[in-house]
Amino acid sequence: MKLAYWMYAGPAHIGTLRIASSFKNVHAIMHAPLGDDYFNVMRSMLERKRDFTPVTASVVDRHVLARGSQEKVVNNISRKDKEEKPDLVVLTPTCTSSILQEDLQNFVNRASIETQADVLLADVNHYRVNEMQAADRTLEQIVQFYIKKAQKNNELDINKTTQPSVNIIGSFNLAFHNQHDIAELKRLMCDLNIKVNTIIPEGASVQQLKDLPKAWFNLVPYREIGLLTAKYLKEKFQIPFIDITPMGIIETASCIRKIQYILNENKVNVNFEKYIDIQTRFVSQSAWFSRSIDCQNLTGKKAIVFGDSTHAAAMTKILTREMGISVVWAGTYCKYDKSWFEKEIGDLCDEIVITDDHNLIGDLIAKVEPAVIFGTQMERHVAKRLNIPCGVISAPVHIQNFPLSYRPFLGYEGANQIADLIYNSFTLGMEDHLLEIFGGHDTKEVLSPTLSVNNMSSEIKWNFEAQSELKKIPGFVRGKIKRNTEKFAEKKQLKTITLEVMYEAKEAIS
Amino acid sequence: MTITQVINNVNLKEKLNFDCETGNYHTFCPISCVAWLYQKIEDSFFLVIGTKTCGYFLQNALGVMIFAEPRYAMAELEEGDISAQLNDYEELKRLCLQIKRDRNPSVIFWIGTCTTEIIKMDLEGIAPKLEAEISLPIIVARANGLDYAFTQGEDTVLAALAQRPNLKQSDYLQKEKINNHDYIEHLPLILFGSIPDPVVNQLTIELKKQGIRVSGWLPSKRYNELPQIYEGNYVCGVNPYLSRTATTLMRRRKCKIIGAPFPIGPDGTRAWLEKICTILKIQPIGLKERENEVWNNMFNYISLINGKSVFFMGDNLLEISLARFLLRAGMIVFELVFHIWIKRYQGAELELLQKTCKEKKVPFPIIIEKPDNYNQVDRIRDMKPDLVITGMAHANPLEARGINTKWSVEFTFAQIHGFTNAIEILELVTRPLRRNQKLQKIGSQQYTDRR
Repeated sequence: MKLAYWMYAGPAHIGTLRIASSFKNVHAIMHAPLGDDYFNVMRSMLERKRDFTPVTASVVDRHVLARGSQEKVVNNISRKDKEEKPDLVVLTPTCTSSILQEDLQNFVNRASIETQADVLLADVNHYRVNEMQAADRTLEQIVQFYIKKAQKNNELDINKTTQPSVNIIGSFNLAFHNQHDIAELKRLMCDLNIKVNTIIPEGASVQQLKDLPKAWFNLVPYREIGLLTAKYLKEKFQIPFIDITPMGIIETASCIRKIQYILNENKVNVNFEKYIDIQTRFVSQSAWFSRSIDCQNLTGKKAIVFGDSTHAAAMTKILTREMGISVVWAGTYCKYDKSWFEKEIGDLCDEIVITDDHNLIGDLIAKVEPAVIFGTQMERHVAKRLNIPCGVISAPVHIQNFPLSYRPFLGYEGANQIADLIYNSFTLGMEDHLLEIFGGHDTKEVLSPTLSVNNMSSEIKWNFEAQSELKKIPGFVRGKIKRNTEKFAEKKQLKTITLEVMYEAKEAIS
Repeated sequence: MTITQVINNVNLKEKLNFDCETGNYHTFCPISCVAWLYQKIEDSFFLVIGTKTCGYFLQNALGVMIFAEPRYAMAELEEGDISAQLNDYEELKRLCLQIKRDRNPSVIFWIGTCTTEIIKMDLEGIAPKLEAEISLPIIVARANGLDYAFTQGEDTVLAALAQRPNLKQSDYLQKEKINNHDYIEHLPLILFGSIPDPVVNQLTIELKKQGIRVSGWLPSKRYNELPQIYEGNYVCGVNPYLSRTATTLMRRRKCKIIGAPFPIGPDGTRAWLEKICTILKIQPIGLKERENEVWNNMFNYISLINGKSVFFMGDNLLEISLARFLLRAGMIVFELVFHIWIKRYQGAELELLQKTCKEKKVPFPIIIEKPDNYNQVDRIRDMKPDLVITGMAHANPLEARGINTKWSVEFTFAQIHGFTNAIEILELVTRPLRRNQKLQKIGSQQYTDRR
């Protein structure tokens, strides 16, 4: 048993449901007790979906416990088949059904005799894998199933498209800024004159899956979900895949160079260097922005990074290589991906943290006291409590991380967005200076029970010069400086604040 | 009986119709009760013994609350726990000692889940031993999705609490005794149901106006303030889903239950107060005037909903009481949901519903036990109600199809009991209507993109 208040990755069935409900016309049936269909709420609320979530439960109740599901699951599958006419029904086990050890595969076999739809049992073990691993596996399973089916029916076309083309594997619901990322990737492929063969699974129909082998290569933007499918397609059809996440200027360039390499291997001579150069220097603003004067203030600032392995690694790379910020430690909760994570950013930060214990992360943040945190919603809350600015860069996320406006994290526009996020997370440059000069953010003691300046220490007078000096200080820090100076004066038992006292105060506090 | 038959049914002498469907509906898992109970019982700690699925649900359903250092946690079962390689007793002891050290609660609630049911973890057996060993009360409630839905979680917790005799006289009650001259002599009355403290005070004052003294509330603000419950005491529920608690109080504690409609809406509140008065042989004073006054104050809201229709997809078991109130307020109720287990406990409420239908000369709603959401959506398409009260899984898709919805969970968390809060219910019910009135100029009501 483990005492847990919060978890970074959800249970396995959520992963399966995310994949199933991303496809068009695929219905998932959960073998689960009442109340486990919380996924429907998340999809409907976070993504504000207009359609009904194609997930229903075959409810496990007392009767099922006593007598087994018997006909119930089979009936539920054939009922959905008639009602919704899906192409595929995915029977999804949950933690409850894992321990009931009913022969779900048998139900699937029986149901698929009667149904028009194909029926699959998601091959995930609740106690061994988490949300991401399950999603990865389910996607592979569905792809495999339809490739084999097409093969059997002699419908598989493995001839490559005439024009260079790509499958983008990694578009799904409830993922971090995903639909914006996919739009950005489509734009990038269009710029490179590469045809997008298919994008799976979001919005794709299972019939499209047999076209996957026609692509020249596969692009897997996120490590967590899609790699298994890409590996399967490579093994089966020798389709090369790119698993470089095009997040940040440098990684986007290496992703594009990898594409160039693959195309050249296939005897299409392309040179994307000019494109990369123009995009980096002129189209995207982030490279110039990080060289502009304002960003000098960020040099050597301490940051920490935590999230899923894709976003945490990419963010660490951007912070250190593109912005000159030092990452004290970077970490991920994708424990199963430890070696990759260490290999990618081992020399870019002082320390690597691999854990899914949010308490440990909280303590580590408190110990390091970074100037900024880039993490998940959990770190944002830790940051709030510690009064440290925080940018959210990875799931788990809240509804505000499903913005309506265009906010990709990938590609050149993504680089712009990230630059804004980084810059805005830090205390702004000029404000930072002023705070440094006049004693920092933290008001250590308040002199009187009220916070408003006017009611404070009535005996202390400001002389004319001091007062006019005070007026020159920008409004948002003036009150604090006034308080700090007055506290200083009170401590020294001074009745009047002169310019000298002001400067003394400044010195004493800084 | 088909829907149209029911709608056209003008024979008001007919009994309420109960229908039973497949039970394939969306609701919250009953472990969600920790969300409001840990806040209600201030010195408690709730340990939910379950899997990642339970944890994920709590984390997402309770949103922001999770970050406010909640006094609840998961005891997350791992593979070793399931296959009994680990000793349940030792594992729970380790976690409870950690909770005791870090949070120092006065009581730990163990919330059993589907998994502990299936692997037959003997929580009730372990608790007394561990309680003695760590000298901290442990109360076991099986709030699992195999047996219960949403608010019934509270029922399992309160039923477990009702079995714990409190022998210490709490300070709170001693102080109260001083003003005994405000009250008429009657047998002790204990109210059960978790409601926010302001509402507790409001209802207590309403009873005080009738000269009735509330000897205690189950649950109380603190574990140590639990009421003393003796044989022959009167008990009365304030929430419609507390049938197990009622049964426990009746059978185990030998209390006499006052079966009344629930104090939701001014009509319900008045009926509730009157029933208590009747049982305690007290002549109620001024309740009719009080009720009318509340109705008059709500005039603006009522004019918005008068003659409009409402459809309860059902998930929190407040449906019967809310429907009865909305009927009285002039709405037409197409369908509502009901749990057969609590038929007896809700007897008085059902009677009042019937009476209200007759007085308002409206057809009885269809009452569905174990609804099927798919069929319900079908019926909603046919009936086109003015308002559907439903869970979040269906709210956005229905809105996209031009159907006004109100998210049902809000009724669980809002203050809806008593005369004072009746207006809150109408505030919630009319919100979608008011919002959509304002937005009408934008154009099409239906925003469905596909399917």
